[in-house]
Amino acid sequence: MTLLSLQNMKTNIGQYAVLHDVSIEVPEGGVFVLLGRNGAGKTTTLRSIMGLWQPSPGSVTFRGRDLTGLHTVDIARLGIAFVPENMGIFGGLTVEENMILATAKGTFDPKRLTYIYDLFPALQKFWDKPAWSLSGGQKQMLAVARAIIEPRELILIDEPTKGLAPAIIDNMAAAFREIAQSTTILLVEQNFEFARSLGQNMAVIDDGRIAHAGTMQDFVANSALQDQLLGLSV
Amino acid sequence: MTQISATLSRLGGVYLLPVAVSVIAFILIGAPSSWVTLTVAGLAMGMMIFLMASGLSLVFGLMDVLNFGHSAFVSFGAFIAASVLAWLGGWLGADSIALNMLALMAAFTAAILFGLAAGWFFETVVIRPVYADHLRQILITMGALIVAEQAILAIWGGSPLSVPRPNFLQGSWLIGDVTIEIYRAFAFLLGLAVYIALYAVLNRTRIGLLIRAGVENREMVEALGFRIDRLFIGVFMAGSALASLGGAMWAGYETLITPALGAEMMIVVFIVVIIGGLGSIQGTLLGAILVGLMANYIGFLAPKLALASNMILMMAVLLWRPNGLRPAVK
Repeated sequence: MTLLSLQNMKTNIGQYAVLHDVSIEVPEGGVFVLLGRNGAGKTTTLRSIMGLWQPSPGSVTFRGRDLTGLHTVDIARLGIAFVPENMGIFGGLTVEENMILATAKGTFDPKRLTYIYDLFPALQKFWDKPAWSLSGGQKQMLAVARAIIEPRELILIDEPTKGLAPAIIDNMAAAFREIAQSTTILLVEQNFEFARSLGQNMAVIDDGRIAHAGTMQDFVANSALQDQLLGLSV
Repeated sequence: MTQISATLSRLGGVYLLPVAVSVIAFILIGAPSSWVTLTVAGLAMGMMIFLMASGLSLVFGLMDVLNFGHSAFVSFGAFIAASVLAWLGGWLGADSIALNMLALMAAFTAAILFGLAAGWFFETVVIRPVYADHLRQILITMGALIVAEQAILAIWGGSPLSVPRPNFLQGSWLIGDVTIEIYRAFAFLLGLAVYIALYAVLNRTRIGLLIRAGVENREMVEALGFRIDRLFIGVFMAGSALASLGGAMWAGYETLITPALGAEMMIVVFIVVIIGGLGSIQGTLLGAILVGLMANYIGFLAPKLALASNMILMMAVLLWRPNGLRPAVK
């Protein structure tokens, strides 16, 4: 069943047309990966879904509901969480304050908190520390943990492995697999190794258009296509 | 060097600056009684400036709005409070402290209510159309300040207005050979109470948490499902009310006010916000105390440098810490 559908989505930023024609179907459950080179339009796609930039009317539907024209706040309240490329951590707030801000009522569900601690043990250790004092990997963990502190239907994650050490990336992949058991993830990535280890379905965006969409298994098997679309050969 | 820096950090870091300034002033002034009098005056002045500047700092930090019209709230607060105090002159002059207090509370309440209402109007009509456009913000808010000054001229006239003080705040305490003006001590205590209340709201409530988060990253607060525009208007109204309260306190401090009060205070208020760091209440308090102390010490030691002292302080702080002493965003 399709959870999120983008149909011929176009987005302009100021006078520049950034997305020309983006059409993808994100099924419910698992990890859907959006791949693409720098500047291809991956981040713009996520921001357009969140309503941070306005996409063309009628081009984004979530469980059949049109999201275009909705305020970001209303989109978030539908159960869509966003982890931006810069992580969006509030450095002056403690880890606990960052987390509590993402709860609807300002209180934690103890079971959910235990689940978060199990996924990211470092966060429990630094619970009362200011977020600016965390390492890059810990900040990324906090950003993802904040997105799932309450059950969501869809999480949009923008390049979570950027600048992280390989060991941290492995931990992150394990956490994403766990999260994907209960929540759909739309993952934007440039790290193909990371993406292929997680994604069931995928699309490649190039110059604001979807250049390819299909299963990850088929894409991994087609090295010529990888080379053509991503400039790499695995 | 690193060890010295770490030790200073443990002892209080930038919060030691007012102490350092006071110690240097003590050595230069020589006479302890003069030093105590000047220090109390500086702290009182700092607290009143803090009242005026704290709202601007939050508005600047949270909304990214350069509101040069902020000091119009200071002016109106001062004039409204002065009018209420003059109207309740009988209560002010009474021997009953309760009546004195009632008159003062009425003046402060009138100033605060004006600040809240004017803040709502200003944010909705003047500021909202120019979000994310600093040049237009500067032009329109400067224009609003001029309009406010002219409105004050039209309502209260151009002559300086005398501001009566309640009986219980008249005079001074004489402790040994140290003279402490009662109004200054009151101003300090009121400013401190407002700081504690603001600190508690910002650090112990969910609204405060949202404001602190919004100062850092508005977009992310919205992506978490909170309407930042409603916070904007609330913060703007509270900031305007605090400025009006600061103006009311300043009127009693100066005892003679003119329509140019807002424009005169605008520079000081902006210096404090820049020194302290945008969006930071602790930074604003620190900046305001430093400005208050420096103005009094320099005014005593080198009167000709008094006007330039704030600018010199700002330049020195910005060369050392370009984001201010205690910025909200790390």
